[in-house]
Amino acid sequence: MAQLIGGLASSHIPAIGGAIHKGLQAEPYWAPFFAGYPPVQRWLASARPDVLVIFYNDHGLNFFLDKMPTFAIGAAAEYRNADEGWGIPTMPPFRGEVDLSWHLINTLVAQDFDLVTCQEMLVDHACTLPLKLFWPEGEAPVTIVPININTVQFPLPSAKRCYALGQAVGAAIASWNSDKKVAVLASGGLSHQLDGERAGFINKAFDLQFMDSLVSNPEWATQFSSLDLVEKTGTQGVELLMWLAMRAALSTAGPRVREVHRNYHIPISNTATGLMALEVV
Amino acid sequence: MSKRQIEGTTPFDADAARKGYALNKMCFSFNSAENRAAFERDEEAYMRQYGLSEAQKAAIRSRQVLQLIEAGGNAYYLAKFAGIFGLDMQDIGAQQTGMSKDAFKAKLQAYAND
Repeated sequence: MAQLIGGLASSHIPAIGGAIHKGLQAEPYWAPFFAGYPPVQRWLASARPDVLVIFYNDHGLNFFLDKMPTFAIGAAAEYRNADEGWGIPTMPPFRGEVDLSWHLINTLVAQDFDLVTCQEMLVDHACTLPLKLFWPEGEAPVTIVPININTVQFPLPSAKRCYALGQAVGAAIASWNSDKKVAVLASGGLSHQLDGERAGFINKAFDLQFMDSLVSNPEWATQFSSLDLVEKTGTQGVELLMWLAMRAALSTAGPRVREVHRNYHIPISNTATGLMALEVV
Repeated sequence: MSKRQIEGTTPFDADAARKGYALNKMCFSFNSAENRAAFERDEEAYMRQYGLSEAQKAAIRSRQVLQLIEAGGNAYYLAKFAGIFGLDMQDIGAQQTGMSKDAFKAKLQAYAND
């Protein structure tokens, strides 16, 4: 059976793509952000996952309001990136892990998670940038299964529901008939707000408590409603739902997790950036 | 049922999704460079093509993000509109908070010391 070895979480601000493209990683503004990644890159080089299941939120590249799924899963052999409207450079296609996609679909739907299934799916910066941050040289040596969680249109799925989804994904990975090593990735967060008079809102105390909770008390944030999370973390801070789903998946794979590394830096663009790597023990 | 109020924040809910559909659909079209160019060639014709309301047209003409949100705009789609003008998130944040861009960046930076 497949083995779920650990989880990763990373912010995904579009400006990161511009900084990578222009080679600004060592500039004073960017260095505290990019300096977070080498320890995680080294862990990945030694742990060598074959497949990444990616919890992310589409920002209006693949999905529009005409058809807005709460949960959607990719089942494609290849995932392409495309122009998102601001001219950040696009990335080469990623290879899909189709067998695991369908195993997840069959297993999760049987457990009452009514997923939208996508045999074609454009993936935006939320999917592509973390891969570039974790494997800066060349193509990421993994296949992927993207799982999109709606953070565009309220009502969003609750933190509790995202946690349950993550648990079901973790258990399904463990029942996949494969000898591959799988890691789960959460893309998004942490606190930030792009829109409204409160634009620029950041909540450092909440972010740090949330990161701590993922190590030892992973269900802590499931007590909050979506609007609680907006109030505490900003309109886009709700992307921490991805982190919860990731951590929930790990909870099924072992009794606890070891924190490999974390980084937290304010600000990049309008965002408090977070990075975590957790290993199942 | 009255809505929960969160200071300076307009969650993109059912009311906004209904009101803002045409505006958001137009902004979603700006994923394509060809469509961005068509908008720039003739904004009024482009807005008519997408059936924007008068309030939405006025908001687009104003380039004011708060006015666009009031007209039902969603931040993720509006970002594609802002991209046409090369505005980044600090430009947009400064505009919405009535601050200079430098003051807005300083405000963000100050959170590091919380």
